[in-house]
Amino acid sequence: MIQVQGLHKKFSKNQVLTGLDLDIENGGIFAILGPNGSGKTTLIKIILGMVIADKGAVSVFGKPIKNKWKYRQEIKYLPQIANFPSNLRVRELIRMIKDLRQQTSEEEQLIELFGLKPFLDKKLATLSGGTKQKVNIVLAFMFDSPLLILDEPTTGLDPSALISLKELIQKEKEKEKGKTILVTSHIMQFVEEVADEIVYLLEGKIYFRGSISELMEKTTQTDFEHAIAAIATKTTNA
Amino acid sequence: MLKILKYSFYDLMRSRWSYVYFLFYLALGFVLLFLNNDVSKAVITLMNVIIVLVPLIGTIFGVMYYYDSKEFTELLLAQPLKRSSIFLGQYLGVACSLTLSLVLGLGIPFLLYGLFKSDVIFDFSLLLVTGAFLTLIFTAIAFNIAISNENKIKGFGYAVLAWLFLAVIYDGLFLMSLIIFEEYPLDSFSLAATMLNPIDLSRTLILLKLDISALLGYTGAVFKQFFGTNQGLIIAILMLILWTVLPVWRLVYKSKKKDF
Repeated sequence: MIQVQGLHKKFSKNQVLTGLDLDIENGGIFAILGPNGSGKTTLIKIILGMVIADKGAVSVFGKPIKNKWKYRQEIKYLPQIANFPSNLRVRELIRMIKDLRQQTSEEEQLIELFGLKPFLDKKLATLSGGTKQKVNIVLAFMFDSPLLILDEPTTGLDPSALISLKELIQKEKEKEKGKTILVTSHIMQFVEEVADEIVYLLEGKIYFRGSISELMEKTTQTDFEHAIAAIATKTTNA
Repeated sequence: MLKILKYSFYDLMRSRWSYVYFLFYLALGFVLLFLNNDVSKAVITLMNVIIVLVPLIGTIFGVMYYYDSKEFTELLLAQPLKRSSIFLGQYLGVACSLTLSLVLGLGIPFLLYGLFKSDVIFDFSLLLVTGAFLTLIFTAIAFNIAISNENKIKGFGYAVLAWLFLAVIYDGLFLMSLIIFEEYPLDSFSLAATMLNPIDLSRTLILLKLDISALLGYTGAVFKQFFGTNQGLIIAILMLILWTVLPVWRLVYKSKKKDF
């Protein structure tokens, strides 16, 4: 589904990705983890074509994405920081995205699920961070696409919304076989619950890839959160 | 692209500033016509206002809109849309709404005054056409500056400087060089220098159409010879088109390479 080869990216003097290779096959939930500034968001943005890589090749659905844009029709993306045009109302924003994508959508259920009905006619600037994130989730999940990219989906969510989000992710996975979901998160409990496989980025490369149990074996830890912390410290010692 | 244009346009039409700009021209048009009682004089005064104000408003609106709609742009970039259509759509949205404010704001009072009965209709249309060009040119320059500068304050500063240079400093340099080199034939130099600044080009174009080039002396005669003919007019319009196309092309080029 996604092939990444020899990816390099530098932001002025800051080398973020240094020859990253990644191959994500069809189906499953992949958690992209790593310390702050390890290039998780950059990797996601390169896959989406928002950031342009200095070197390396990326293919999505078997085709190179360079200078392409139509493939984004098949991707749902949940950005890390929910920035919306502030003078739009929630209803107008949803209508606009639907109009731009021209796909069938099922926003009604999602609005119901996250209790956004009373906010539909409010301007986006007046919403709280958590409510904005809910709108963000509705916008990302209302279309049906084979690839889902979620960048820090849990930011600012209250517990009940968090449960709804987890259910939503599980439902997406069960709906059809072969659906691929990429998630980044710093909430290890959340990752442990939803992810099938872990991809750990460190210093612009993939440092570890495998299932949670493999990770625990490798680090000889019994707790997932400690295991993740252990790989980070192990390299600094080495 | 048309969809982005539509949303940017609606967004601006809902903002207060489009109306302020429209009402300003409306008031200006009415005041000039009914105080002057002379359409040709009103056109000249208007020209003096338009030549300075339209580029300034285009620059400031362009920069402000670009930075203000950053979030909107980021949202659009994740959608299945071509990058060039996102930026071209936004640019045309700003430029079109500004042009609409200008054309309607000045057109309404002139129509009410009975423009069609007077013989300055051609001069007046030329005024509106150059106003529209200046809006297109300076909004494009503003977008160019904004896309190359992440820092808002810097971008704003450069944009205002660009306007100041083309509207004021350029003329000063031009005049100074005319004085310093007065012993040499300067016909082709001054023609070229005028062509290279869209504000000067528009001003000369209107002045010569208004048939007051006698005021400009010998250079005026040279200019009249050049711009007064149809060929000169076509070359001048082509230059204005070139001034529009170049920054728009650079905007598209830059937008393809930028990281968001």
